[in-house]
Amino acid sequence: MKGRIHSIETFGTVDGPGIRFVLFMQGCALQCRFCHNPDTWDTSKGRQVTVDEILQEIEPYLPYYRASGGGITVTGGEPTLQAPFVAQLFKACKERYGLHTALDSSGFCEPSHAAELMDYTDLVLLDLKQLDRDKHEWLTRQPNDRILTFAKWLSERKQPMWIRHVLIPGITDQASDLQALGAFVSKLKSVEKLDLLPYHRMGVYKWQQLGRAYTLDEVHTPTEREVDRARQLIEIGRKEATLHA
Amino acid sequence: MAMIEKQIADRPGTLAAWRGFTAGSWQKGIDVPSFIERNLTSYEGDESFLAGPTENTEALWRQVSQLLKEERERGGVHDIDVNTVSSITSHAPGYIDQAKEKIIGLQTDAPLKRAVQPFGGIRMAADACDAYGYKLAPELDDLFTHIRKTHNQGVFDAYTTDMRAARRAGIITGLPDAYGRGRIIGDYRRVALYGVDRLLASKKEELLQLEVDAMTEDIILLREELSEQTRSLAELKKMAATYGYNISAPAENAKEAVQWLYFAYLAAIKEQNGAAMSLGRVSSFLDIYIDRDQREGTLTESEAQELVDHFVMKLRIVKFLRTPDYNELFSGDPTWVTEALGGMGLNGKTRVTRNSYRFLHTLYNLGPAPEPNLTVLWSTQLPKAFKRYCARVSAETSSIQYENDDLMRPHFGDDYGIACCVSAMRIGKQMQFFGARANLAKALLYAINGGVDEKLGGQIGPAIAPITSEILDYEEVKAKFDLVQDWLAKLYMNTLNVIHYMHDKYCYERIEMALHDRDIVRTMACGIAGLSVVADSLSAIRYAKVRPIRNEQGVAIDFEIEGDFPQYGNNDDRVDNIAVELTEGFMNRLRKHKTYRGAIPTMSVLTITSNVVYGKKTGSTPDGRKAGEPFAPGANPMHGRDKKGALASLASVAKIPYSHSLDGISNTFSIIPKALGKEEAERSANLAALLDGYALSGGHHLNVNVFNREQLMDAMEHPEQYPQLTIRVSGYAVNFIRLTREQQLDVINRTFHGEV
Repeated sequence: MKGRIHSIETFGTVDGPGIRFVLFMQGCALQCRFCHNPDTWDTSKGRQVTVDEILQEIEPYLPYYRASGGGITVTGGEPTLQAPFVAQLFKACKERYGLHTALDSSGFCEPSHAAELMDYTDLVLLDLKQLDRDKHEWLTRQPNDRILTFAKWLSERKQPMWIRHVLIPGITDQASDLQALGAFVSKLKSVEKLDLLPYHRMGVYKWQQLGRAYTLDEVHTPTEREVDRARQLIEIGRKEATLHA
Repeated sequence: MAMIEKQIADRPGTLAAWRGFTAGSWQKGIDVPSFIERNLTSYEGDESFLAGPTENTEALWRQVSQLLKEERERGGVHDIDVNTVSSITSHAPGYIDQAKEKIIGLQTDAPLKRAVQPFGGIRMAADACDAYGYKLAPELDDLFTHIRKTHNQGVFDAYTTDMRAARRAGIITGLPDAYGRGRIIGDYRRVALYGVDRLLASKKEELLQLEVDAMTEDIILLREELSEQTRSLAELKKMAATYGYNISAPAENAKEAVQWLYFAYLAAIKEQNGAAMSLGRVSSFLDIYIDRDQREGTLTESEAQELVDHFVMKLRIVKFLRTPDYNELFSGDPTWVTEALGGMGLNGKTRVTRNSYRFLHTLYNLGPAPEPNLTVLWSTQLPKAFKRYCARVSAETSSIQYENDDLMRPHFGDDYGIACCVSAMRIGKQMQFFGARANLAKALLYAINGGVDEKLGGQIGPAIAPITSEILDYEEVKAKFDLVQDWLAKLYMNTLNVIHYMHDKYCYERIEMALHDRDIVRTMACGIAGLSVVADSLSAIRYAKVRPIRNEQGVAIDFEIEGDFPQYGNNDDRVDNIAVELTEGFMNRLRKHKTYRGAIPTMSVLTITSNVVYGKKTGSTPDGRKAGEPFAPGANPMHGRDKKGALASLASVAKIPYSHSLDGISNTFSIIPKALGKEEAERSANLAALLDGYALSGGHHLNVNVFNREQLMDAMEHPEQYPQLTIRVSGYAVNFIRLTREQQLDVINRTFHGEV
């Protein structure tokens, strides 16, 4: 079996604990307006590789990943689009190296499709982009029902999760949306961490290179105060939901 | 040694000065390592004991900062004394603010006033005066042109036609033939531990031992040198006396130890304008004195830090008079006051002390700075807390570099220092003849073009038949490249022999060598530039199709590449092995040649910032690099070609064999802060893990820069807002705003790991 990948990063420190091997898969079903890797969308691009080829790329750096409590993270693109390949890769990483495995996903995936993959996944980094259905569709071209279903399914499985939310001023930072996010997360059983990722513009040049129109041109990177405010609002949503539960 | 204990005891003050120290063989002969071994207290704790700057320190640093600002505003030089030849005793005492300075002594009678040091070459001194709007006193010009010969004059008297041509073409470049060679580290600690009188007696004894049967040339040379060394020690005492200190006897407390040691270093920099004037490994030595004072209750932590801060302040304002040309090669007015911190002892105990922390802490008390060139000797065995602290300091100041103690200790023991950027040497027992570097990228073009220089158009290299095929054939290129390298290694070694013969003769480092043993190990420290350019070029020729584009003379001036090829920096053995073979191959060629004074040939893969200048002098290369574009610095992969992230990039460099590059393998690593982790603790832990991994895999040296490209771009536009922005370049650090615009762009264009 072959997987279609975009690139690899041997020294990742922001997608899961410790130092990590980060594999970027090629292809995504969403088209988020703020995406900083639009070059990973097209499912026909990238290059095809076998699990063994990836393992060979990982092997030289195992001492770094082990010593730092790190592991491997598969991201993209959307890795669940190639769930069988990633499942095989994670299985091999566990069997051969005992590596910690993390999947960075949008959650836009049918649970049945990801069941085997989850058997070999230690941690899911789940991106919840917007709780409001219509806004979600505007932002990503797809509604969020499937994503929320997937999140609940992970929760039922008690799959350890880090929830990630990109804070985009004017787009994902409305008080009601943030509180709704807090409320939703409070109902999930196995969330270990909630990461607020401030929106940044470092991928904008890629849109230009691809000849795509970037539609968030007026948007700025949130200030520390804005991030603090968002964090508090999510917390309020969480507490209220817990009280009423 | 004929020194006996009675004599030591007789020396006034000696026993009092050594009170509380553990006795040992260091008391019988000059033996600093044995003193350290017996008396050093390792420190395994964290940084919480450190003290901030005192009011005095803050006031003094404000004054120094103001002077440095004025210096920048005056075009890079504050003042020049054009009338005096610098020597150990040439200038009256100088002060920044005598009432506030705990450690005193300046190179001239005023801070930042530069001195004329013409023994290396009068032209350099005169041109430097002209360049900054001064005029060298005519009588000095006359004296060193017509009456007293200089090193520079001697070298050019002996240079052959080939040597001059190679120098002009830039295939051998950066040669120390017009200025002081530097890269010699006096054991300045000896002055603090023994006092000058004891060192004088020891040198006189050494001279007596040399009253031998056959007065051969080497004995005559050594006798003359020992006499000069003795004379310089007497001058050192005299210089200290002008500041009101008698340094005949050993230092009695921490303040004196720092002061004695600094006077010795000051004597060296007054006498020599060396390309690099390293300090050695003094911080943990000084800790022994500070520790004793603290146990005796005579020194608080704040006072101890103040001593270190004031000492470091002095090291930050070491200045030499050099031409703007020279600074273009070695940007930012560097002096390489390199201090080695940490490391492990051969006894398994760490050499990290509280004073290792205090030295690093100056980067907070005084803010970041390129000098002194703080170099952490990294071992996987270092105390955890120290590793974390170093990583934090790196992430916050980008001012320190790392060298692999686990790799060097087996070669150099546990009392070595770093000369210049990356060159390890046993302190007081070993020196090097600094040899700049050969341009291997240009040599490859000579192989393709039959020895004709692609820029000058004339025959510089050996007249072999040029390659005329439409597509370059790997075997043919390699065979010719071998011939050019044979020629180059021979010419290079012969050139260095001329240079160092003349330097010993006309610009001998009297005081630095007075602080060495009589019989020392010498290395002939050659170097190569363009390693990654050549490795990628050969890989392109082998794995892709490379078509030369030739001018009317048939010289390849550009190359078209068809297809992909493995590139150095991605942990791909197909190309990394080419880089390894290049290193071994050139080193083995160097080993074939006879060296001056029986020096052992060594090699470095280091370019400092001259990768920009070498690039300018070299035509387009078969890897796709265009004419004039910079090389990658040191052993770095070419900018932007390392595509698999930091660990793959580091893995490629770590393959370059240290045993064939004993003078050092420099790697400069830039990463954006957020790519190290989201929180401070995480960032320090990840960086420390990365350094451990690099050390384990056999990597030698790593400069660590942590910042965003945008910040550097802003500093280019608004330099006034970044007076202390420090970045590591290649074996040393610079004030970013003192780089030329070209060099700034080169730094900005390098790979920043972690960018999207």
